[in-house]
Order: sequence, then C-alpha cells, then structure tokens
Amino acid sequence: MTFWKLFARNRSAVMGLVIIFLIIFMALTAPLFFPADPFSLAGQPMSPPGENGFLLGSDSLGRDVAAGIAHGAKTSLLIGLLATLVAVFVGVIMGALAGYYGGFIDNLLMRATEMFQTIPSFIFAILLVAIMKPSIESIVIAIAVVSWPAVARLVRGEFLSLRGREFVQACHTIGMNDIRIMLAEMLPNCLSPIIVIGSLMVATAILIESGLAFLGLGDPNIMSWGFQVGAGRTLLRSAWWVCTFPGIAILLTVLAINLVGEGLNDALNPRLRERT
Amino acid sequence: MSQSSKRIRYVLKRLLQAIPIILAIVVLNFFLLQLAEGDAVDVLAGEAGSATPEYMAELRAKFGLDQPLIVQLGVYLKNVVMLDLGYSFRHEMPVSQLVFDRFIPTLILMSSTIVIAVGFGIILGLIAATGLNTWRDTAISVFALITYATPLFWVGLMLIVVFSLNLGWFPTSGMENFAMFYTGWDRVVDIAHHLVLPTITLSLFYLALYTRLMRASVLEQQGEDYVTTARAKGLTERRIVFVHVLRNALLPVVTMAGVQVGALIGGSVIVESVFAWPGLGMLAFEALFSRDLNLLLGIFLLSASLVVAVNLVVDIIYSLLDPRIEVS
Repeated sequence: MTFWKLFARNRSAVMGLVIIFLIIFMALTAPLFFPADPFSLAGQPMSPPGENGFLLGSDSLGRDVAAGIAHGAKTSLLIGLLATLVAVFVGVIMGALAGYYGGFIDNLLMRATEMFQTIPSFIFAILLVAIMKPSIESIVIAIAVVSWPAVARLVRGEFLSLRGREFVQACHTIGMNDIRIMLAEMLPNCLSPIIVIGSLMVATAILIESGLAFLGLGDPNIMSWGFQVGAGRTLLRSAWWVCTFPGIAILLTVLAINLVGEGLNDALNPRLRERT
Repeated sequence: MSQSSKRIRYVLKRLLQAIPIILAIVVLNFFLLQLAEGDAVDVLAGEAGSATPEYMAELRAKFGLDQPLIVQLGVYLKNVVMLDLGYSFRHEMPVSQLVFDRFIPTLILMSSTIVIAVGFGIILGLIAATGLNTWRDTAISVFALITYATPLFWVGLMLIVVFSLNLGWFPTSGMENFAMFYTGWDRVVDIAHHLVLPTITLSLFYLALYTRLMRASVLEQQGEDYVTTARAKGLTERRIVFVHVLRNALLPVVTMAGVQVGALIGGSVIVESVFAWPGLGMLAFEALFSRDLNLLLGIFLLSASLVVAVNLVVDIIYSLLDPRIEVS
C-alpha cells in the first residue's frame, strides 16, 4: 500500500493535516487580511467579539485579537519548525556518532542525556532565554537545547541495532568510509522514527514557545499567541475573549500536529501500531 | 547476603550515582552564570547608582571575580556544598533562604497534583483498556488527546473565568486567606480550597499522559500468558483485571511518575504564576521580571536536585514493588 493510503486510513490524522494546512494558509495570508501591524491600535478598546468591526474583539489597547492570531500563527509555526530542525540535526549527529562508534563518545552522550532528563527542561529553557535576552534566535536555541537529547537517544538506539547488520558489514567489506556508511546507508533506515519524533516535537516546541511568551519571554517585536494570552490575563474579569481565542489557536495547532504525528507513526511503523 | 542488606547496598549505589549528576548541574549552573552579561559587581554598581572603575576592580578582587575561571568554579562548588547559593539583591536575602521558604507551597502543589494525575490516570486508563473500542474508550482517548495539547496557562485562566469569576466557587489566586487569620484545621481547609484550581490545571496534562500509558500497559498485560492461565482457571474477568493485571500494569506508570517530576516542576512555574501560588515557580516568575539571575539559578539547582531525589525514591519504591528487579 502506498504511504498516502496508509496515512489516510487514520481519519483523525487527515483531519489534523487539514487543520495544519488551514493554519499555514492563515499565517501566509495574514499580511493580506490584516495589513496593519498587529501591535497597532485598530479601533475601540475592549470591544467584545463581533462588535466595532472586530471579529474576535479587541484588547485594552485597541489591538485586534483576530489580527494577532493571524500574525501569531507565523511565529508559532516558524519557531516550532526551526527549533525542531536544529534539535533533530544536533540529535541525529550525536546519536549517530554514539551509536556507531560506542565507547567513550557513547558514554559521554548517555551521561549528557541522563543529565538532561533530570533537569526540569522548561526552567532550563527559561534560564537560557533570560540569559541570552528574548529574541527569535534565543528562543529557538533554548527549545533546541532542551529537545535534542530525545532525538539523540532514539538515533543511538537505531544505530546500535543497525551496526551489526549484514548490509553494514558489507559496506565495511567494500571499503566504504564511516561517514558514507552512516549518512547514506544507516540513516535512511531509521528515517521513519526520526520523522515521527520530529513531528511530535514541533507540537511540544510550540507549547514551550507559547509558555515562554506567556511569561514575558517572547521576542518583543513579534506577535505571538502566548504573548496575547499573557497580555490579556489582567483583563480576565472584563474581557474574557482576549485570552480565550489565542489559547484555542494554540490548542488546535498542537492537537492537529499531534494527530498528524500519530498518523505518521501508524503509516510508517506498522509494527508499532498494536502497542499504542 | 540477606535481602535487606542487598537493598541497603542498592540504595547506597543509587545515591552514589546521583552525585555526578548533581555535580554536573552545579557546573552547568556556574557556566550559565558566566554566560550572562555582567557579574555581581555590575549589579552592585547598578544598585548603588554609580561606581568608579577602581572601586569596581577592588570589589571584584574582594569577591574573587578576578581569579581564573577554574578557581572561581572551585569556590562556587564549595559554596553550593555549604548551601550558599549567593545573594538576591532584589529581595535583600540569601538565595538559599528565599528558595527554602518557597519550597513548601510547591511541594504541596506537586504532591496533590501527582496524587490526582496518577490516581485518575490509572482509573481512566483501566476503564479505557477494559472497554477497548467502546464509547468509553473513545471518549477517554479524545479527552486525553485534547488535554495533552492544551497549554497549561490557558487552562488555568479558563478555569478562573468559569469557576472563580462566574460561579464564585473557588478563589482566583493565592494559597490562603491571610485576612481571616485561620489556624489549625480551618487553615488546612482554607489552603485546600485554594489548592483545587491550581491542582486541576497542573494535573490535566499529566492525567492525559498517565491515562494513555495505563491504557497501553493494561492492553500489553492482557496478552500475557498468566492472563490466559487465569482465564483457563475460570476466574471472572473482574477478578483477572483487578487482582492480576492491575498490579503488573502499574509498574510503567510508577516509573513514568518519577521521570515526569522534572516536567511537573516546569509546569508549576506556569501554574503558580497564573494562580499567584507562592511557591518556587512564582518566585522564578518574579525573578524573571526583576532580572534576578542568581535567584533563578538557585531555583534551577534546587528543582534539579528535587528531581534527582524523587527519582531515587521512585527507584526504591519500584524495587520494593517488583521483586523481579535485581537489587544486587
């Protein structure tokens, strides 16, 4: 069966994919529908949803909640994707080296991942962003730093089990060099679990980013959902909509990505399906 | 060797294994402090308004900040061992004292969360697994999926809107009502009343996690030979599930409860700052606002040590629960 057919058997995964496409569409068209700066005063402050031309209401400074959500979509997706790419890149390199060579480097890596499992990762991310000053780069780095060990462990395990297989021994016999064996022969064989863990990591990264932004550690120049909720929390009594809608946006995005991740898992690792 | 002395040796071995991890975290802490712009003297000079470069150099010499990095690291390690985590200039208090003062509220919040999340997770997971593919299973799985994707701070705020502002059932923030001067049992009830919403908020995410884990664990156990044997003996399904499957299925959930403590502390930063719960997380939030890095690092160190301690306890409980695990 083709990959797409396997994937499409999981209805909720398809639904998740549709939601993700809608959110990407929203992120791309935000400058068209909401050409003004989302931080700018757009009209009557504290307007309830549907009044004064605000679809989802406005906050105490007259900022349009809907415009913030549309522009914030780009931030969430971008940071989630970038942080995951960096984490997967670092994790694959570390995991591959550890699994392939074993010995000292493996020992070192396992100690490092052990330490990372002990450290409360969200507090570590807070510390890193606070030290580096909040910006897109520092947020991406902080999320990547707390996320790569999971990938490294996974890749190490895969490489350990592949190391002794016949096709790898055959590569050694014909004199292929280590880097080529790792990249061209072994890595493609563990791509499926990497894709699955990567897709789920995007969701986690978006949650971490929104948490950081909620605490005031977002990039101050960029609109994000977490920032919107954080800015709206003082208005909870008088303007519930300011907090509510950006939160729903986070929830939907993370849910959709998790659904797609599970769908990928089912489609790519049919052996694992019975276990979950 | 007797069983009990084996167990003591195991505990000692685990204690020794925890030391390098704590040490590594202390060293990491030190380098993070180095990474930050400015040192304690800059902070002091900033507090004082102005200071001459000569005076600042003198202060640096006094604090040992002109020493080579490795010497400074040694001093830092020595200080941490003596429980001296530096000084918080904002609070005008030693960091260690501040952190220990705020420790108890966090511990209360975390214990109640673990009890609720693990307890209900086990029950929901069991219900889902025993009614596989029925509406109960579907409903529980959908619930777990949604709570797993919900940001904690948003759940907290929504609970405040519904249960505090609209229904008026629970207080919006804080740990107790100081104005009432409750003592004894009344105070316990008052704190418990304040504890409800923060606990629900922090529990939800982990509840989803444990539910899914418990469901998978029960399903895995149901395929084991001992279940077939029990069935062949003619035991009722109810007895098989509650007497045979349940205990075995609990093991991975217990392990996970230990592993998740680190994440739980991270979550408590958010929940405590939403509900103004006066624990370590709230302190971290305040430290963030006042850019009090020393304090933030102290919280980080204490929370990491807490995770190590909890994992140690979980390992020991685990070795008691499961005699198959070789303690030697």
